[in-house]
Amino acid sequence: MRLLEATEMTGGYGEMDILDSVDMGVDSGEIVSIIGPNGAGKSTAMKAIFGIVRLRKGQVSFAGEDITNAATETQVRRGMAYVPQERNIFPNLSVHENLEMGAFIREDGVAEALEHVYELFPPLREKMRQPAGELSGGQRQMVAIGRALMVEPKLLMLDEPTAGLSPLFMAEIFERIIAVNATGVGILMVEQNARQALEISHRGYVLSTGRNRFADSGANLLANEEVTKSFLGG
Amino acid sequence: MLEFINFYLVPGLVLGCIYTLGAIGVSLLFGILRFAHFAHGDMMTLGAYLALLVIGLTGWPAIAAIPAAMLGTAVVALVIDRVSYRPFRSSPTIIIVIASFGIALMVRSAIQFTWGLEIESYRTGIHRPMVFFDSLRISGNHIQIVLTTIVLVGAVHYLLSRTKIGKAMRAMSDDPDLARITGIATERVITWTWIIGAGLAAAAGVFVGMDTQVNTFMGWNLLLPVFAAAILGGIGRPYGAIAGGMVIGIAEELSTYPWIGTAPLLSPGYKTGVAFGIMVILLIWRPSGLFRGRVF
Amino acid sequence: MEQMMFGIMMYLVALLTIGGIYAVIALGLNMHWGVSGLFNAGIAGFFAIGAYTSAILTTPTSIKHLGGFDLPVWLGMLASMIAAGIVAYAVGRICLRLRSDYLAIATIGIAEIFRLVLKNESWMTNGTRGIANVPKPFEDLGTPWSQLAFLAVVIVIVAAVYVVVERALNAPWGRVMRAIRENDDAAEAAGKDVVRFRLEAFVFGAMFMGLGGAMTAHSFKFIGPEATEPLLTTFLVWVMLIIGGSGNNRGAILGAIIVWAIWSMTQILTGFLPPDLAVRAATLRVFLVGLLLQVVLQRFSRGLIPEKSPTAAAATISQKVTPAP
Repeated sequence: MRLLEATEMTGGYGEMDILDSVDMGVDSGEIVSIIGPNGAGKSTAMKAIFGIVRLRKGQVSFAGEDITNAATETQVRRGMAYVPQERNIFPNLSVHENLEMGAFIREDGVAEALEHVYELFPPLREKMRQPAGELSGGQRQMVAIGRALMVEPKLLMLDEPTAGLSPLFMAEIFERIIAVNATGVGILMVEQNARQALEISHRGYVLSTGRNRFADSGANLLANEEVTKSFLGG
Repeated sequence: MLEFINFYLVPGLVLGCIYTLGAIGVSLLFGILRFAHFAHGDMMTLGAYLALLVIGLTGWPAIAAIPAAMLGTAVVALVIDRVSYRPFRSSPTIIIVIASFGIALMVRSAIQFTWGLEIESYRTGIHRPMVFFDSLRISGNHIQIVLTTIVLVGAVHYLLSRTKIGKAMRAMSDDPDLARITGIATERVITWTWIIGAGLAAAAGVFVGMDTQVNTFMGWNLLLPVFAAAILGGIGRPYGAIAGGMVIGIAEELSTYPWIGTAPLLSPGYKTGVAFGIMVILLIWRPSGLFRGRVF
Repeated sequence: MEQMMFGIMMYLVALLTIGGIYAVIALGLNMHWGVSGLFNAGIAGFFAIGAYTSAILTTPTSIKHLGGFDLPVWLGMLASMIAAGIVAYAVGRICLRLRSDYLAIATIGIAEIFRLVLKNESWMTNGTRGIANVPKPFEDLGTPWSQLAFLAVVIVIVAAVYVVVERALNAPWGRVMRAIRENDDAAEAAGKDVVRFRLEAFVFGAMFMGLGGAMTAHSFKFIGPEATEPLLTTFLVWVMLIIGGSGNNRGAILGAIIVWAIWSMTQILTGFLPPDLAVRAATLRVFLVGLLLQVVLQRFSRGLIPEKSPTAAAATISQKVTPAP
C-alpha cells in the first residue's frame, strides 16, 4: 500500500518557490532516499510533506488521507515522525526525558516503546540520566531518532541523519536505520552521503533545482551512469 | 550582630523570597514564550488585592488566602493571554512586550477602579515578633513567608523534574520548534506556564502585603528587582531565578547597613536602586547571568 | 456666549500646546522604535533629565535647589538636549548590543533611578516639592497672547524637529538605519557598523525626549517628580506612536495630538463627576487608553499613517547578502 503520496508539490518560503512540481512516494516498510546537490530542495520537500513549509500547489496524502498543509501537531498523531537535521534534541533534558517527550502525545504506557529504543541504541541506556546536550554527535543522533520512534510511527522522516558524523558513526547510524526499518517502519531520508544512502534504500529520488530528475530503485540509480556522474561524484 | 540579623538579614531573606517567586515566573515565561512579561509586577498586585478581598470576606489570616489569590490571578492571566497575547504568537516578540506593557497599566487601573488608591493592610494592630534565645526576634509573618516559599519552590521543582507537563515546559524552553515537531501540545504547555507564573506572582504579592502593606503601585516597584533577579539567575532558568531573587533581596537590605562607620552605607531612599545597579553590572559583565541562561 | 467661545478657544490652544510637546517626544521615540527598532521603555528618564536641566539653568537663583542660573530659555532647551544626549550615549554604550527586551528593562531601570535621584537629592531638585518659577517665554503678554505666542513657539519647534528627522531619514543614514532594523545580520555583513548606527539613533531620539521635557517645564512653569511618572510620559508616548503609525514622522505627530486630545477630553468628562467618583473614573481613562492600544495592535498594527514601503530600503541591502533559505 502507498503510505505516503506527494504529487506536484510546489511551494517554498515566502514569495519564492523552491519546489517545482515535485512527486514523491513511500510504500509501507520501504526505505526511500532523496538525494541531489545543495539547494536542490531536498530538505524543503521533506518539510513540505510534514507541513512546516507551505505548499502553493500540489497534494500530500498519508495512508489515504489528504494532509496537504496540515498542522504539524496533527502529523505526529497520524503516525509521522520527523527528525530535523540540526537542533533535533532538547539539550538540557536528560536522554531519558528526551525520549519521554517523544511520547508526549501518547496517553498509554510508554515502557515498551522505551525498552525498544534502548534495545536499538544500547549506548543511550548507559547515558539515560545525562543531559542530551553533553553527548557526542553520533549519540545525539541516536537520541533524536529514538525520540521520533517513541510514537511508534508508520513513517520516519530523517533530514541528513549522518551529517557531520565520522565514517564509523555514519555506518552505525545506517545500520540502525535498517534495524528500524526491519520492524516495519517506512523511512524517508534526505542524504548528502548519497552512495551509502542508496545502498540501503529500496528506492531513491534525485532532485535538482527543485525538480524531479530521476526516480528508481536504489540499485538502478547506483547503476545509472548519468546519476553517478552528475550526482554521486563520478 | 543580632541587630544585623533582626533588621537586615531576615528582612533581606523575606524580600529574597518575594523576588524569587516573581523571578521564577518571569524566567519560565521568557523561556517558553520568549518575551519579557512587563505585566508581571501588576500580577503580583492583583494577587495581593485578591487576598485582601478574601480576608475581608472571611476574616482568615493572610496566609490562608494565598491559594484563592493564586487561583484568581492565574485565571485572569489565562484570560489576558487568550485575548491579548495569543494573537501575537507568531509576531515578533517585541509586539507582545508592548502589549504586556499596556496590559500592566490596564490591570493596575482596573485594581485602582475596584479598590481605590488608598494604601491597604491585611491586619490592623501591632504584632509582637517571636523571640528566640532572648534576642533573636523574628516576626511570625516572616516565618510564614519563608516556609511557604520553600513549599512553593519545592512544588515547582517537583513539577519541572517529575511531571510530564513540567518536562514539556523545559523542552519547549530548550527548543520551541522541536517541541512542536515532537507533537508536544504547546498551547497546553503555555497554559500551565501562565498558571504557575501568575500563581507564584500572586503568592509573592500576598507576601508583600503580609510583610508591609498593599498599594496599587507595588507591582511596578517590584518589576525591576524581579527582572534583575531573573537576569541574574540566567533568564529562562527557573532554578537560577531562586539564587537571583535571594541575592537581590539580601543585597537590597544589606546595602543600608552601616558597614563603614555609623551611617547607612547607602541612603535608604536609594535601596530600590540596588537591584538596578546589580543588573547593569551584570549586563555589562555577563549578560547570560550567573548560571548561563540564554545568550543574546 | 462670547465668553464660552473664548473658553473653548483657550482650551484648544492648551490642547495643541501640550499635544505639540508630546509630538516632539513621539518624534524622538519614532527615531528609536519606528526607524531603528530600539525598544526604549524609559522615555520618562530622558524627559526628566531635559526638564530638570532646563529648569535649573533658567530659573532665578533659589536656595531651594541647585542654581538657578537665570539663563535664557533657548539656552536651557539646548542644554536639555545635550544632557539627554550624553546620558543616552552612556546608556546606549551599555545596552544597545543586547536584545530588545533587555534594552526595555534597562531603560525602565534608568528612568526609575533618575526618579529616585530627583526625589532624594533635594539640594539639587528640591525633592518632591519640585522646581517652581520656571520662566515661560512671552508670559508677560497677558491672556490670550502669551498662550498663543507659546503655542507658536511649540509649533515652530515641532516643525523644526520634523524637518530635521525627515531629512535624516531620507538621507543615506536613514536608509541604513531601516535596513538594520529589518535585518541587522545582513546589514552587519554588508559592512555597516550596526552598533554605531544604533547608538547615533539612540542619542538623536533621546535629545528630542529631553527637549520635550524642557518644553513641559517651561509650559507649566514648574517641574516635579510626578511629571516624570512613567504612565504620563513613557506609556502615553508609546500609544501615540503606535496609533499614529510607527516609522512615519507625520504619524507620530498626528498620534500625539489625537491621543492627547482623547486623554485630555476624557479628563473633562470625569471632571463633571463628584470628587469621590472622579478619582476612580480617572483610573478608567488609563484602562481605555490601554484598550485602545490593544485594539490598534491587533487590528491596525501599522497605525493611522503607515510607514511608506517599510522594507524597500532594507531590501537593497539584505538582498545582496541573504542567500535563499
